[in-house]
Amino acid sequence: MSLTRFLGVVFAAAGMATASASPLVAEPLDATEVVNRMHKAFFYQGESLRARVKMTLSSADVKQRIRELVMLRLNMPLAGEQRYFMYFHSPGDVRGMSFLVYKYPAKEDDRWLFIPALSLVQRVAARDAGSSFVGSDFTYEDVSGRDLEADEHKLLREEDHKGKPCFVIESVAKGAASYKKRISWIDKSSYLPLREEYSDVQGKVFKEFTAGEIREVEGIPTMMTRTMKSLKTGHQTLVEFSDVRYRLALKPDDFGERSLRNPPNSWIE
Amino acid sequence: MSAVVRRAALLGCIMLAGESSLIASLQWHGFVLGNYAARLDAPNGHKPASGDFLLAEERFQLKMAASASEGQMHCFVKTDLVRDEVDSDVSVDVREVYVSFAEGPLDLSIGRQIHTWGVGDLLFINDLFPKDYAALFSGRPMEYLKVGSSGVKASLYGTSLSLDVVVTPFFEADVLPSADRFFLFDPFSGLVPRVEAKPRRDLQNTEIAARLRRSVAGFDVAAYAYRGFYRIPSTQPDSPTTPTMVSLVYPKLSSYGASAQGNALGGVLSIEAGYHDSREDRDGSNPVIPNSQTRFLIGYQRSPWSDTIIGFQYYGEYMQRYRRYEASLPAGFPKQDRLRQVLTLRLMQSLKYQTWRISLFTFWSPTDHDFYAIPELAHRLSDELSLTLGANIFGGSSAATFFGQLSHNDNLYFAARYDF
Repeated sequence: MSLTRFLGVVFAAAGMATASASPLVAEPLDATEVVNRMHKAFFYQGESLRARVKMTLSSADVKQRIRELVMLRLNMPLAGEQRYFMYFHSPGDVRGMSFLVYKYPAKEDDRWLFIPALSLVQRVAARDAGSSFVGSDFTYEDVSGRDLEADEHKLLREEDHKGKPCFVIESVAKGAASYKKRISWIDKSSYLPLREEYSDVQGKVFKEFTAGEIREVEGIPTMMTRTMKSLKTGHQTLVEFSDVRYRLALKPDDFGERSLRNPPNSWIE
Repeated sequence: MSAVVRRAALLGCIMLAGESSLIASLQWHGFVLGNYAARLDAPNGHKPASGDFLLAEERFQLKMAASASEGQMHCFVKTDLVRDEVDSDVSVDVREVYVSFAEGPLDLSIGRQIHTWGVGDLLFINDLFPKDYAALFSGRPMEYLKVGSSGVKASLYGTSLSLDVVVTPFFEADVLPSADRFFLFDPFSGLVPRVEAKPRRDLQNTEIAARLRRSVAGFDVAAYAYRGFYRIPSTQPDSPTTPTMVSLVYPKLSSYGASAQGNALGGVLSIEAGYHDSREDRDGSNPVIPNSQTRFLIGYQRSPWSDTIIGFQYYGEYMQRYRRYEASLPAGFPKQDRLRQVLTLRLMQSLKYQTWRISLFTFWSPTDHDFYAIPELAHRLSDELSLTLGANIFGGSSAATFFGQLSHNDNLYFAARYDF
């Protein structure tokens, strides 16, 4: 049934809350502040964002699958709050669907889904942060950021990764999470994560994130490609951004039922 | 008239499509679907005319969406070409054809279109738009539960409040299971001839549905109103004891209601209620016209772990003027309860990067003592191709209740679909 199908496709997640603004602190940086700056550079850059996103899902035994969507994001005046809008161009079973998220730092996100075949706008339960985003290796949390307070952060060392000086941060989940520990290599100049390793309770790395091309867009270092790979299944997802634009003339009210049902041409083309 | 609106919308689309320089985008998509449902049991070898198949069809859907480069103007056509193997015929099903545009705070769409509102999950209180229950009961894709209606939809978006008004001059009845494919309860002998009397295409029979919506403390709150007709016919015999003819009429209906939906208790909480004002039988003394009713539901859905959805609903229909109904009911007719209650359960689990999906939806009525269950397994082989296997299982202690009357229609369905 297509109604439930999409519940499976764009699926619920929770605790997408993220870092709130905090004043810059003087050197030396503590681990939490490094992660905070990473959040700012990776999930909050440029006030607002529009990008075309192509996700390529592949594994040895399954045919390659493609998801193409447009994503818009607006940072709200209240620290940490954001609004996301996504419109799916492909594959065929989700084409024309749109997805709206109001992200809050301290409570559950509001999520709505528009299913054009039924002309239906419905709320989506948003509890589990570990659910796969549109069947990919990325979880909802990986897409829009995890609460800074949900992990205990520790600076392990500073080292070069692929020729770039990095902070190496260990983040240990305080409560239930899709991983127990994450090690991140965070670029000292751009604060973008260049590599992440996720390990389970046995200490075994089961998932790895790798940054690809990083390009300056409107003066903002922007990660144009990234890969998440499951070491358990060999399944991986390549994400490619294109047509990235920042600081768009977007208003909070633009993110509502009208755009879900009838998104402006300028958003989705 | 309905055909004229459709033709005008189609013509608009073709004109827009012809002026390629004015078009920002023109997209053609659709699917090919093979969809079959076979009966699982038939009492004493006795079967409806369709034999063992409740559904057997191949369907080719073509969707065209065009938008103009200037302004917010669109047109949309969704048409199915259907080969029905049970009836051995070919037909065209115009699902939707409309033009739409936005001007300031107003969105307007004109033509044949599907409308949905309300917060119930397969339960409808304030969504009184046409539905195809036969599609649901025979395993067609969920989108076929909704049928288009031809008219105008205007949506006005304010800063905190939005208003939708749907005006439909052309009455469209619900599609109900038919006796040539389903075993059904019939209080009159099947031999008595039927005459269907749909509301005429008179302007005064224009249906109006409206919704006012706003956000209150993180909840989506809406108020609804409708003036039109019941879409399920009432059977009116020319004589209650020895009928020689039965008329199928669609009594006048008005409805008023409200709903709220938002995050609560780690999931999504939904509440909806509505009053159905049966305008032709307000005092409840006509046994063949439904009495006025108050309907309500409360639902809760959450994701207890990754890629899983679980949902519950409690739904009630309370009949007004019940004593009059009891007093006026002819002898031998099955009696409805004053309060009909239904509980629903939805379970859904996605597996293997959402290429597999196992789901179950059940209705169970503790007052009617009947149920309806839809277990389903779906597998996506690629972005284009999916296979679905499921069943519709009905049961009940009485052959006169909503799901109980369908108890000899258990079926297994299969769908193969290729999207392009």
